This record gives sequence, structure tokens and C-alpha cells, in this order.
Amino acid sequence: MEAVYAVLEKLIPFSFIEHDFMKNALIAVVLIAPLFGVLGTMAVNNSMAFFSDALGHSALTGIALGVLFGLKNQLVSMLAFGVLLSLFITKVKRAKTASADTIIGVFSSAAVALGLFILSVGGGFNRYSQYLIGDILSITPLEIVMLAVVFVVVFVVWALIWNKLLLVSINTDLAASRGVRVALVENVFVVLVAVVVMLSIKWIGLLLINSLLILPAAASRNIAKNTKQYLACSVLLALFSCVAGLVLSYYVNASAGSTIVLVCAGVFFATYFFRKK
Amino acid sequence: MAKKDSGGLCNVNIKNLSVRKGGDVLLDNINISFNCGELTALIGANGAGKTTLLRAVLGEIRHDGEILHEDHVGKNIEKVTVGYVPQHLEFDRGSPVSVYDFLALGRTKKPTCFFSSKKGPLKTDIDAALQAVGGEHIANRRIGELSGGELQRVLLAQALYPMPELMVLDEPVSGVDYAATEQFYKMIAKLRSENHIAIAMVSHDLELVRRYADKVILLNKQVLTQGTPEEVYNTEAFRKIFYQNA
Repeated sequence: MEAVYAVLEKLIPFSFIEHDFMKNALIAVVLIAPLFGVLGTMAVNNSMAFFSDALGHSALTGIALGVLFGLKNQLVSMLAFGVLLSLFITKVKRAKTASADTIIGVFSSAAVALGLFILSVGGGFNRYSQYLIGDILSITPLEIVMLAVVFVVVFVVWALIWNKLLLVSINTDLAASRGVRVALVENVFVVLVAVVVMLSIKWIGLLLINSLLILPAAASRNIAKNTKQYLACSVLLALFSCVAGLVLSYYVNASAGSTIVLVCAGVFFATYFFRKK
Repeated sequence: MAKKDSGGLCNVNIKNLSVRKGGDVLLDNINISFNCGELTALIGANGAGKTTLLRAVLGEIRHDGEILHEDHVGKNIEKVTVGYVPQHLEFDRGSPVSVYDFLALGRTKKPTCFFSSKKGPLKTDIDAALQAVGGEHIANRRIGELSGGELQRVLLAQALYPMPELMVLDEPVSGVDYAATEQFYKMIAKLRSENHIAIAMVSHDLELVRRYADKVILLNKQVLTQGTPEEVYNTEAFRKIFYQNA
């Protein structure tokens, strides 16, 4: 880690990099941004903005269940709950009942309420309010290593499922007629999203996590002409927003998560005016 | 495009096929066959079960009865290459997927988001596929921007790789002009003659069916009549369904 720090200090001529917590945060966003940029493309293509919103909010229940079961690290229960919820929602969506949105809504609010209820019993919710807005500056070197591992795994799985996933996102019947196992591909994808979202909530915050998933991809969609551009722009815009947001937040002394998402939103509106009609 | 060897599919034999949904009978005791080298048109009124029959053949819906894929000596073949051109492709038209991207999906295992589909043998392959359906000029367009006829060509191009033994087409009722529809029939007829594939096509244009189909099956939940276009068009059942108000 020291070597990486030294390189960063050499490369970046600004004062913010003197602090180790800023160096950690910078490495973290450089890992997180491409993950969200990449996963966001298919989340947007599959109209999953509402789904991922529900997923982010359900993190509260995951945390609450962890507390209830006396887990030291609530990440385990968050991951488990997030994965189960996303598989369930996908199953409901697949059943093609007209009310999939309503059902997602019901589960989303029920999950938030349950989480808040359990955590607030006895008046101790303040301890958990960090999850609402997140704190990227608190990330530790060990967590960065964990992120790096997830980064590699997500990109390998992504390369394996991409062609099938894109076909599924265009039309499930057509994908099935071409021998794609639609349910499997969809499940692998939502599990990836669930894992990345749950892992990142501690740093980005559950109120903002969905914007980070949706906005860079939505911005990229405004300008991309093909899938390669779509993915590349989404990753680049996410990287730009995250790094710019982080640095900006340091100088204006605001929360990093909110500054990052504001930059994302700015990027979206900028691309909106250049969109292909 | 290479010709199929004689060891492949010879005909699709459908025996006693019935499809029920809830309490309704959608298809009742269908006995027909689709032969290789023949364009079989399925005609009938709306709700006659034409699309249902195609979906049963594709294995997408549960049915009673048998669908046998037989080779030239009548032996059943387990796995048949099927090409499918749906009637509608419901998809997100804002999605930045180019025609190149779309056609690359079935043709390569390499993730098309990391490798360009506009280089090397893959590009040659896609260009050839587009040329075969008369769609060279649309390669770089987004699939959401295509007209009905153009999208139909792209769907045909994707259904032709790998070269199918059985081709299943659900012709769109509207959204494609007459000249484009005729062009489409010509392409299908050419494919049938050159590649000896079995083609089952839901059709709405009786004049084009008369000119291009080898066999016509008139459906109304069951097979009312079948034969050459001339034979079918001269039956009472045909006149009743298509000219009852005339």
C-alpha cells in the first residue's frame, strides 16, 4: 500500500492527496466507478432503475437482520438478504404479471420499514445512520483489497455473460429461441448487481447508491451509437463523476457521496442536450 | 452458404397436436408436416391459432401430441437447428445496440462489448449476412431506428446463422409496405430453393402466398384444409373465411 501511496503522491500535484484517507478514497472510487458504470448499462437497458432502488433500500433490512442475529459484520447479512431479494424480484418480474412494479414497491417499502423498525427499537438508530449517506473516506486498505477482488470477479463474469445478457435485454423470447438460458443469465446478473450494491452501500450510502448505478449509464445512452461505446462511455463518465465528485467534496467540505451523485446528474443533463434524436 | 447434407432434417412431422390454455382449446388435433425444400404457409383468421402453432413447434408452449423431426429415412433427430423470425420484436428502442452488435451476438463467444464486431472475419461474416438479405446500408444504425421492413431483414439475417434446417417465420400484419413484403417473400423462396430448408410461415398476404408458397395450411383451431395454394383457395372453407362478406 505504501508504494501505491508514493506513486499517487508523485502523480497528483494537489494538496488533497497528502491525506491517506483521500488516497484510500481515490483508489476505492477508481475501483467502484467502473463496476457501477458497467453494471448500470444493463440495469438501464432492462428498465431496472426501480429494482435497484428497492435493492439499495433493502440494505437496511440486511443490516437489521445482522444485528438481530448478533453478527459482528453485517455485510454478510446484507449480501445474503440483497441476493435473495433480487432473485425474488426477478422471479416476480419474469411471471409478467402487470403489477410487477407494485410488487417491487411493496417489497421495497416493507423491507425499509422492517429494517428501520428493528434498528430503531430502543432508540438506537443513530448508530446506523452512516449507512444512509455512506462515508467513502472511512474505507480501509483491507476493504480496498476486497473491492479489487470483487472488481476482477465482476469483470470476468461480465465477459462470460455479456453476449447472452444483451440478447436477453433485447428480447427474452428471441434469446430463448437461440438457446440462451434466460433465467440463469438474468439471475447471474442481478446477483452481481446485488453484491456490488451491498458492498458499496457503506461508502456511498443507500440513499444515493441507485443514482450511481443508473446515471452514468443513462448519460452514456444519450450519446452512444453502439454497445461498445455505450459501455466505454458509461465507465468513463462514472470514473469522471466519482473522481471529480470526491475531489470537489474535499475542497467544499461536503459529503463525498452526494457530491459524486451531483456531478453524475450534471453529466447526465450535459449529455441529454447532445443526445441522438 | 453451404447446402445441407442429406443426413439432416427431412421433415417436421406433427401428430395429434393440441394446445389448451385454461378452459380454451387453442389448437385441436393438428396433423401436418413441414418438409425440407418447401415453403409452407399457415393462413387463417385472427385467433385461428397460427402463432400458437409456431410457438408449439419452437417448444415454447406446452402441448399434447408429438412433434417429430425426421431425417430422410424417417429416423427422429434429437437436435435440429431452428431459425426464428418473430412477428414483433418488442424491445427498448432507445437502446444503443447497432445492427452490427445485434448480429454479432449469435456469431461469436467473445464479449462484443470488449472486442469490436467491426473487424476481421466477424465483420466479413456479418456483412455477407446483411448482403444476403439486402441490408448492407443499415449495418451501423441502431436497431431501434430501423423501419419495420429493415428490422425484418435484420431478424432474418440473425435467424440464418447458423444456417437452420427449419425456419419459423411469423409475418408481421402491418408496418411493412407491399414492395418490402414481396421482397421478403422472394428472399424466403430463394433460401428454400438454395438451402433446402423447411420453412413454416404465418402469412397474411394471400396473393403472395399464392405466388411463393409450395403448400398452404388453412387453420381454424384445427386444420380445415391443406394442399397447394390453388387447391386450398378453391375450397368452400377458404371462401367462407376470407370472402364471407364479399
